[in-house]
Amino acid sequence: MSTGLIAWDTATPARAPLVETLHEWVTTVDHKRLGIMYVLYGLVLLMAGGVEATIMRIQLIRPLNHFVSPQVFNRMFTMHGTTMIFFVAMPMVFGFATYLVPLMIGARDMAFPRLNAFSFWMTAFGGLLLYSSFIGGDGLYGAGNAPDVGWFAYAPLTSRTFSVGHSTDFWTLSLLVSSVGSIGTAVNIIATVICMRCPGMTLGKMPLFAWLNIVMAGVAILAVSPLSAAQLMLMVDRYLGGHFFDTQAGGSAVMWMHFFWVFGHPEVYVLVIPAFAFASEIIPVFSRKAIFGYPVMVAATIGIGFISMSVWAHHMFTVGMPSNGNTFFVLSTMAIAVPTGIKIFNWLGTMWGGKIQFKTPMLFCVAFLFQFLIAGLTGVMLAVAPFNWQVSASYFVIAHFHYVIVGGILFNIFGAFYYWFPKVTGRMYDERLGQLHFWLFVIGFHVTFTLMHIPGILGMPRRIYTYEPGRGWDAWNLLVSIGAFIQALGILVFVGNLAWSYFRGKLAGSDPWDAWTLEWSISSPPPDYNFATIPEVRSRRPLWDLKHPEDPDWKYE
Amino acid sequence: MSPTNIFAPVSTPAHAIFGISMFMLVVTGAIFVVVFSLLVYAAVKFREKREDNGREPAQVYGSTQVELAWTVIPVLIVVVLFLAAARVIASIQNAAAPPNAISVTVVGHQYWWEYRYRDLNVFTANELHVPVSDPAHPTPTFLTLLSADTDHSFWVPRLAGKTDLIPNHPNHMWIDPHETGLFLGQCSQYCGVQHAKMLLRVYVQTRVEFDQWIEQQRKQGAAVVSLGRRVFESTACINCHTVAGTVANGRFGPDLTHLMSRDTIASGSVANTHENLRRWIRDPSVFKQGCLMPAMGLSDAQMDAVTEYMETLR
Repeated sequence: MSTGLIAWDTATPARAPLVETLHEWVTTVDHKRLGIMYVLYGLVLLMAGGVEATIMRIQLIRPLNHFVSPQVFNRMFTMHGTTMIFFVAMPMVFGFATYLVPLMIGARDMAFPRLNAFSFWMTAFGGLLLYSSFIGGDGLYGAGNAPDVGWFAYAPLTSRTFSVGHSTDFWTLSLLVSSVGSIGTAVNIIATVICMRCPGMTLGKMPLFAWLNIVMAGVAILAVSPLSAAQLMLMVDRYLGGHFFDTQAGGSAVMWMHFFWVFGHPEVYVLVIPAFAFASEIIPVFSRKAIFGYPVMVAATIGIGFISMSVWAHHMFTVGMPSNGNTFFVLSTMAIAVPTGIKIFNWLGTMWGGKIQFKTPMLFCVAFLFQFLIAGLTGVMLAVAPFNWQVSASYFVIAHFHYVIVGGILFNIFGAFYYWFPKVTGRMYDERLGQLHFWLFVIGFHVTFTLMHIPGILGMPRRIYTYEPGRGWDAWNLLVSIGAFIQALGILVFVGNLAWSYFRGKLAGSDPWDAWTLEWSISSPPPDYNFATIPEVRSRRPLWDLKHPEDPDWKYE
Repeated sequence: MSPTNIFAPVSTPAHAIFGISMFMLVVTGAIFVVVFSLLVYAAVKFREKREDNGREPAQVYGSTQVELAWTVIPVLIVVVLFLAAARVIASIQNAAAPPNAISVTVVGHQYWWEYRYRDLNVFTANELHVPVSDPAHPTPTFLTLLSADTDHSFWVPRLAGKTDLIPNHPNHMWIDPHETGLFLGQCSQYCGVQHAKMLLRVYVQTRVEFDQWIEQQRKQGAAVVSLGRRVFESTACINCHTVAGTVANGRFGPDLTHLMSRDTIASGSVANTHENLRRWIRDPSVFKQGCLMPAMGLSDAQMDAVTEYMETLR
C-alpha cells in the first residue's frame, strides 16, 4: 500500500457505537443510505425467495414426491412470486435509482428526502408484514399461515369461502402497504429528474439512466394504483360484505383478472426498464464507446412505457374473451417487440466497433443481451393467442418469464452490483470470484430455464405440487432442479464476494472504470453532500469531455 | 412419447395451433440466428486487444439509416405474424356448431370434473367420452365450461388449447378428435390445495362404441338391497353423491350411478380397484390430502359393505 492510501485510512473517524450507527441509519433521509438499505433489503429477501424456490424444486425433482405437503408447496409458490416481484425486484431497482439518480444528475439529494425515507420504510414494513404470516401457524388466532392463493390471487379463491383464516389478508395488506412506498418513490424520482438537474443538463443531455428511470416511475404510478384499488375492493369483499369479485352474488372473477394484469403487465416494464438503464450505462463504458442512437433509445423507452399500458389482457387469452378482443391484444403485444428490439440493436451497435472489456459487470450485461433476445422471441410466440391457448399457465410460460426476470432483470442487477460496488463501498470486488459467480449462474440459469420450456410443451401445468409418472416430464424436472442448485451456489459466491470485498477489497479510488457520468467524478464512497460545488455539464458524458478536452462530446451532440 | 405433447395434435384446433406454432418457430428461429450471430461476432471481434494500449475506439453516436432499418423490418415482421395469428383465432373461436355436434356441459369443481350430456340425458364425472370425428363428416363435440366454485382450466393438449372455467362466466370450446384412444390432460388454472390431482381423461370412441356407452349410462342400476346400500343411504354420503333411482341425490361430489364403468377414481389419479376404493372410502386424504370429501369414520364391516355396494354400481 502506498503511504497516500494509509493517510486516507487514518483520516476516517473512529467507528461510532453500534446504537448510534443504527439510529443514524434508521432516521436517515440521505438518498445514498436509503438506496443501500433498499438494495440490502432486496438482497435479504432474495435469499428467502430463493429458499422457497429451492423447496419447490426439491419437491418436483421426481414424480409423486413427498418432500412437502400440497399445502406447503402452494404457500411456497405464492410466497416465492410475491416476494421476488414486490420485495426483491422492486426494492432493488428503486434502491439503485434512489442511490444513483441524484449522483448522475449532479444533485445533492432526491427532491423529497423525507418522502424517500417514508417510502422505503413502507416497503420494508410491507415485506415484514407478509413474512409475519408464517408466525403462529394455523393454530394461533389472528395469524393464519402464509398465503396460498398464488401471486396473482385469482378471485374467487381469495374469498372467505375458499380462503379461510387470515393468510390472504396478510397478502392483501402487505401489498397495499408496500404500494404506498412504491408510489412515493416513483413520485420522488419524477420530481428529482425534472427539478434537480445540474446547470447545463437539459433533458437531451441526461444520462440514459435518468431517462429510463423517469419513464419507469411514470409507469409505476399508473400500474400500482389499480393494484391498490383492487386490494381495497378485495378487503371490502372479505370484511364489509362487498360483491366486487364475489361470483356467488353476481360479482365478476374476470374483473379481478383485469385489475391485476393492468397492474401486472406494466409491472414487468417497471422492473425491466431500470434493468435496461443498467445496461445502458455498463455496455458503453466497457465497450469504450458512447451509447449508439441516444435519441432513439429515449423514444423507444417512452414507446415501451405507453404500449405497456395496452397489453395486459395477453395474460387472459384463455379466459374466454371474444375473438376481436383476443386479436387486439395480439397486435398490441407484438407491437411492443418493436421498441424493445430497437433497444437490443442499439446496445449491439454500441458494442460494434468498440474495444470490449469483459469485466464481471459486462459479462452479466452481454449474457443479458442473449437471454433477453430469447425472452423477447418466446414473448412474441406467446403473443400469438392460439399458441398461448396451449402453453399459457404451463411451464413454457414459467420459463419465458424467468428468462425475462432472471435472465434479463436479475442478470443486469448483478451487473449493476459489481459496476457500482466500488462507488458505494470505496472498495473493489474480487474479479475472480465475480467471474466464478457469473459462470455458475449462467450455467445454472440455462440448465434450469432453457430446459424448463420443454415440460411446458409436453403439457405440464404450473402450480402443481406433484405430477404423474409417464408424462415424459421426469427427466426434465430433475435437470431443472439441478440447475436451481447450481444457481443457489452462484448466489452464495456472490454474497460471499460482496461481504469479503466490503472488508478486505482493494481501495477503488473515485473512477475505477474510467467512466463518464458524474457519480465517478467524486470520491468513493461519495461524501454526504455528494458534490462540494454543483457541477456544470455540456454533454451527456461530462467526464469524457474532461478527459478528452481535444475531442469533447458536445461538439457532436 | 409424452401423452400430453402439444406438438402431437389429433384434433382440428390442436392442428391449427400446431401449424401456426411451427410458422412462429421458423420466423423467431430465423431472427434468433441472425441476431445471435451478430452478437457473437461483436463480442469476439471487438474485444479489447493488448496492442490497443488503452487508446479509445472511434466514437460513433448513431446512424439514422441503420436505426430506420431496424425499426421498419421488425414492423413488417410483426404485421405478418399478426395477420397469421388473427386468421387462426377466427378459425378456432368463431367456428359454428354443426347440427350433429355432441354438446357437453363441463362443470369444474374443487378437484373433480362433472360432465352433463343434457341432450342425451347422461350425467357422469371425471372421464369424458366423445365420438371420433371423421374429417370428411365431422361430428365435433362442443363444450360449455362452467365452474361450481373457483377458476379451473380444461386442457387436453393433443385435442385443443385450454379454456378456463370461471364461475358466473360461461365459456365455450370444441374438439373433433380424428383418432380413437385415451387422451390425457389436467386442470391448468390453480384452483386450491389439490389442483395437481384434477386430471382429465378423454375417451375417444368409435361412433358405435360411443352410442353403446351412452346407452349403458342411461340405464338405471338394478335396485339391489344390501347392508352397504343401507349404510350409504343412512350416512352423510348422500348429501354429496347421487345414485340415480335411489334417495341419494347430492350434487357436491361425483355422480356414482355408474361408478364401476370408470377406470379411475379421485379425478383420474387413482386406479378404480377394490383395494383403492376401500382405502378411498376409509380416508380420501391418503390419496388426495386436502380434498373436500371427509373420512367417514365407518367401521371395518361397514366399509366392506359400502365398498361392495359401490361395486354393484355398473
